[in-house]
Amino acid sequence: MEATVARPAEVARRAGAVPAARWLVWGAFAVVLLVAPLLFPSSLGRSMLSQVGIAIVACLSYNILLGQGGMLSFGHAVYTGLGTFVAVHALLGIGNGTLPIPVSLIPLVGGVAGMFFAVLLGYVTTKKAGTPFAMITLGIGELVTAMALMVPEFFGGEGGISANRTAGKPFLGITYGPQIQVYYLLAVYTFACTAAMYAFTRTPLGRMLNAVRDNPERVEFIGYSTQRVRYFSFVIAGFFAGIAGGMYALNFEIATAEVVGAGRSGAYLLFTFLGGATFFFGPIIGGVLMVLGIGLFSELTKAWQLYLGLIFMFMVMYAPGGIASLIMMNLRVAAHRKLHRLWGWYALLTAGALVMLAGSAALIELVYHLQLGATSGPTLQYVGMTLDIGAASSWLGALAVAAIGLALFEFVRRRFALAWGRIQSEIETTMTFKEPS
Amino acid sequence: MEFFTISMLNGVSYGLLLFLLSSGLTLIFSMMGVLNFAHASFYMIGAYIAYSISKVTGFWPALVVAPVIVGILGAIFERLCLRKVHKFGHVPELLITFGLSFVIIELVLLVWGRSSVEFPPPEILRGPAFTLINSSLSGLHLVSGAAPPAMCTSADAAVRVVCSPFPGTRAFMMLVALAMLVALWLLLTRTRIGLVIQSALTHPEMVESLGHNVPRVFMLVFGAGSALAGLAGVIGGTTFVTEPAMAASVGPVIFVVVVVGGMGSLAGAFVASLLIGILQTFAVALDYSLVNVLQPLGISVGAADHSLLKLTISQVAPILPYLLLVLMLIFRPKGLLGTREG
Repeated sequence: MEATVARPAEVARRAGAVPAARWLVWGAFAVVLLVAPLLFPSSLGRSMLSQVGIAIVACLSYNILLGQGGMLSFGHAVYTGLGTFVAVHALLGIGNGTLPIPVSLIPLVGGVAGMFFAVLLGYVTTKKAGTPFAMITLGIGELVTAMALMVPEFFGGEGGISANRTAGKPFLGITYGPQIQVYYLLAVYTFACTAAMYAFTRTPLGRMLNAVRDNPERVEFIGYSTQRVRYFSFVIAGFFAGIAGGMYALNFEIATAEVVGAGRSGAYLLFTFLGGATFFFGPIIGGVLMVLGIGLFSELTKAWQLYLGLIFMFMVMYAPGGIASLIMMNLRVAAHRKLHRLWGWYALLTAGALVMLAGSAALIELVYHLQLGATSGPTLQYVGMTLDIGAASSWLGALAVAAIGLALFEFVRRRFALAWGRIQSEIETTMTFKEPS
Repeated sequence: MEFFTISMLNGVSYGLLLFLLSSGLTLIFSMMGVLNFAHASFYMIGAYIAYSISKVTGFWPALVVAPVIVGILGAIFERLCLRKVHKFGHVPELLITFGLSFVIIELVLLVWGRSSVEFPPPEILRGPAFTLINSSLSGLHLVSGAAPPAMCTSADAAVRVVCSPFPGTRAFMMLVALAMLVALWLLLTRTRIGLVIQSALTHPEMVESLGHNVPRVFMLVFGAGSALAGLAGVIGGTTFVTEPAMAASVGPVIFVVVVVGGMGSLAGAFVASLLIGILQTFAVALDYSLVNVLQPLGISVGAADHSLLKLTISQVAPILPYLLLVLMLIFRPKGLLGTREG
């Protein structure tokens, strides 16, 4: 996996194209952050954009563990969530005048808090790698969640604690009352954290972390302590997670026990993976998806988490690099001018997937409606059709559509896999001719 | 005394249920290196399937059929999904079982709804299995079934009589878990397939070259582990409550059991299950806090209204397993009976 990540960069560096390309990408990122609230001027749009910024930082910090360190954590929300709690307390402190810092620095307060707890808890967590690491993070996550309900002085019990982000003195007319001011503050933090985390991947520690992921035994032989590399990286991930938590505190002005909960940790894992853990920009896609999923898809269907879980399992099996790797692989094909041979396959695959989705979604909605049937009548509207949970035709029809879709998709997929493999081997032969190593 | 005995029995029965769950998890882990994150989901789905079957046929057929169905589902999952990601390494394996747990909980919500369902134990298990009678006159003795009320009340006010019933479902839980424990041990040590499984644990290539189908053995083990979880689910579902949160409540605890016992050690899982079962049961029953400890020592607690000091042991009971996990990792990272470090 590392080879596919490094090779285009190396090729580009030899051509001397890196600075220009990199300026372009980062510049585009900054422009997107600047322009986005102008494109979505509604308050819902701006609120969601702010959440996207938070999710991007959180998922990127998670990917330091998952993608770069190969550490699968089930308790990342501990560090974002504790960052949120400390940040809300800091906001309260600003409000009653005991804490003389500007509101703009609240995310940093969260970051320091996240780092502190990562130093404390990470020492135990990073003693192990692999599967035991995953189980320990799960245990520590449960520990902190249970503690959150036990110590209401700090965590506010069931209701959580809330604060007011307009508590500080206005600076150049910035009060953080309007959402747009908060958005731009969060955008600055998003950009800075993204840049800092990218820079981290280029540091010796970041490189060692990749080595620890790929071949820990050899790293030990060279003389590094894998445990210490994991620990330091964990602390850095905790710092950025805490910043995301502090940004959350500014945006929502409330911290409840669920911000440290297992559900949120699971969401970070799910969406970071869906976005793509093997590429740096993957979690950015994941963060956008997370906000879209929680905000929009949940309005579309009540069973959206089921679709999410199924898509996730499907991705683990067929595209373990996430969406980012799908994009990069197709870019590579496009760079070798072979993408035109795949368009037909993609159209067929999409058609098959859509038919399958239409059928299985009808089934899922029917089952779901059966569950609620007593209250809302026997029929439901589904893409312009009226389905009846009492009629066999609805059930059989949905089943038939789903089965046909599945057969079509599988039929196309097998042939597509052959075509894909052929193109990949063609590309690889040209590459070895170009740069013998 | 009767408090101690009954709490001990409750703790042991809960611990045995945990072992029923963690044995399957440990077996799958030590064999395939896969930590099945969805193991507790199989537990939950066992309870729900048994609930649906028991509405038609009654409890006893459900007790047999539901674990079989769960086992088959587990084997299908292994064959269709897990085997595909096996070549990608351990993290994707963990991820796919994580995804499965996500899907299963949503399916349960979809099919059976958000609230808990009524899954009563059969008639014969409803009453107490036996009753401990502690009388200050005649000492401790034991009556099978429910004690007649006449024995639990005394005419004389000076004589103290306490009756402590032990629920039949708990006794049944112990019985089934012990039977499964013995069956599993006999299967692993005394049968041909057990020997193949044991050798496939350590030397899969050698077993394969001797002509055994190791992937099929993996599938069988995964199915059997899931079936064990399903069986635990049937019993746990009737004894406790059958609800969509039951996987999330027991899942992290069995992971703790596996780590504390030592990754991949069946005997360690047994010891850790009993330890955690007894620990939690006793903690729930104890109502002491730090304030109770400090006051007799003469330390005046100024901030006595601080909730940390006022927390009773019963309130911290839910976090005790995780505290045990952290302590174990600091002082004995390989677990109680584990052999692997790191």
